[in-house]
Amino acid sequence: MEKDIQTHLTLIIPHRKGDIKKTEKRDRILHVLSLIVIYLFLSFFAFIVIFPFYYMIAASFMTESQLTTGGFFPTDGNILENIAFNYSHTVTNEGFPYFRLVLNTIVVGLGTTCGSLVITILSAFAFSKLEFKGREILFTIFLATMMIPGEMMVITNYITMSNLDLAYADQNQFQVYLTLILPFLCNVFYIYLLRQNFKQIPNELYLAAKVDGKSDWQYLWKVMVPLAMPTLITIFILQFIESWNSYVWPRTIILSNNPEFSVLSVALRGTAFRYLDRLDQWRPMYTWQMAATVLTTVPLLILFIFFRKYIMRGIARAGIKG
Amino acid sequence: MERKSNWKGWLYLSPALILITLFTLFPIINTFIISFMKDYNYSSGANQGFTFENYGIVLGLTPLVPGEDQTRMTEFIRYALPNTLLITFVTVPISVFLSLMIAVGLNRIKKVRSFFQTIFFLPYVTNTIAVGMVFAQIFSSTGLFNSIFGLDEFHWLEVGQTTWGRSMFLICLYVIWTALPFKILIFASALQNIDKQYYDAARIDSSPRWKTDLKIVFPMISPQILYVSVTSFISGFKEYNAIIGLFNRSYTSDGNLSDLYTVVYYIYDQIQSDSAVRHLDYAAAGSVILFVIILIFTLIQMQVSKKRVHY
Repeated sequence: MEKDIQTHLTLIIPHRKGDIKKTEKRDRILHVLSLIVIYLFLSFFAFIVIFPFYYMIAASFMTESQLTTGGFFPTDGNILENIAFNYSHTVTNEGFPYFRLVLNTIVVGLGTTCGSLVITILSAFAFSKLEFKGREILFTIFLATMMIPGEMMVITNYITMSNLDLAYADQNQFQVYLTLILPFLCNVFYIYLLRQNFKQIPNELYLAAKVDGKSDWQYLWKVMVPLAMPTLITIFILQFIESWNSYVWPRTIILSNNPEFSVLSVALRGTAFRYLDRLDQWRPMYTWQMAATVLTTVPLLILFIFFRKYIMRGIARAGIKG
Repeated sequence: MERKSNWKGWLYLSPALILITLFTLFPIINTFIISFMKDYNYSSGANQGFTFENYGIVLGLTPLVPGEDQTRMTEFIRYALPNTLLITFVTVPISVFLSLMIAVGLNRIKKVRSFFQTIFFLPYVTNTIAVGMVFAQIFSSTGLFNSIFGLDEFHWLEVGQTTWGRSMFLICLYVIWTALPFKILIFASALQNIDKQYYDAARIDSSPRWKTDLKIVFPMISPQILYVSVTSFISGFKEYNAIIGLFNRSYTSDGNLSDLYTVVYYIYDQIQSDSAVRHLDYAAAGSVILFVIILIFTLIQMQVSKKRVHY
């Protein structure tokens, strides 16, 4: 191949005669120019992407009057005082009991991810390594459910939950957890993803384990799971992100009037951040609202920074294979 | 041995089977049935037999009983469906094109590429509701955007003062913002997997880089372009969170926002509204229509892909 290129080049260059230097120079200028254009283009869009994050943080550092007159940098007043004022009022807000909400969101997130990981591992193992009648048909049915919009499920699941007496105004914390976790424990997409991964593990390992007298169960947890660890971590993080950011189902099913039972995104959207001023009038506090968005977003951003590779690789691979 | 693993497979699958039956398969069938039930009562399950009326009402074909709240009945066909189609057909082409351009740009640079890639991916990890609220703040009548561009008291999203067009513009803008990261990531990793040979070969033919991208690279990643288009059409039809993030739902009790309904928004509002006006049968009919729309579009795109996509 290398040689082909060489001969090809020698054929072309004489054709250009004495202009080589000129074309080389022109090419270099064009190259630099196009690079400048590309960097400008990318920087412009990077700015647009990053800007809401900047403004979210900047706004939570401002005074209310500066934010509502369209301030850009937090310059009004003492910034440290602004931060202390805004954040302390946000986390103690009646409708937004932040630490409790974080706890609830984490419990729901971990409950969903851990439960669904176990179910995903068992199902992916059955679909990839165990032979049984009807396996392919069953797998096709599983995959077909991905085509159907989740809204169809939400309607009936809502009815199911209220018939099971899990969703009503006096529901307790445990019932809230159950309603939020149960419908998301079986995720077909993750089963599909892990099955692909399990399939790549050579069958020789399975036979070797059999010779060693290991059962299927031991083989799955001692050999398959450690080998598929990167995929499992990806699934764990993707599902956790999904659970943390989910809004529709929690908004539908958390009927409790107690904000302590809620989760972050529902409380964030549902709370009117406001302040009782000296004249006994409620005034909306957008700086507090922005502080609340920061408090909702930042934990996930930190998670993202730590697991950047797993998340991006996982989604890229899932996307290409889908 | 064979027989033994036969029941074993079902045993390993049993938790998944129970859950998928309860929360996926049963709901699909049940919702389909509900959509044909007359006067369905969700708490008792009572109904007046089967009918096409729910579809008629949702699609605006059935004449309404006098005395019923007329606006509530025609929301789907007047607002939800047109808005959804508009949002989808505006945002999907723009976001696919932009993300393709950004991915090609990323593929051309070497320095700080992973830095850019990380930034472009950030919206994927963030809460659509939270950033929607930040957008709402930036575009509030006295907010940053208006103060920079000198638009005094220009209303983008205030309830009751905003025109439909401005709100739609803002929704489309935000939907594109949220839709970019996934697409950029898919395109960028597809581009990185292209063999360097093709670029070298094109260089030897002294083909300019843009021509290489157009004639060689785009056809090579056409499966990804198809995949991304199909998935983004589907998620476009299901747009909901972005609108909720921008427009505060808890302040919509003045009933002013049904002009911003999308199909999914309509469905959830039917579920979440007070029990007196809660119509799960309309919601079910709406969701079946959504399913049919998504199915039709997916099939069309699959047909197109057979001719145009190079594998």
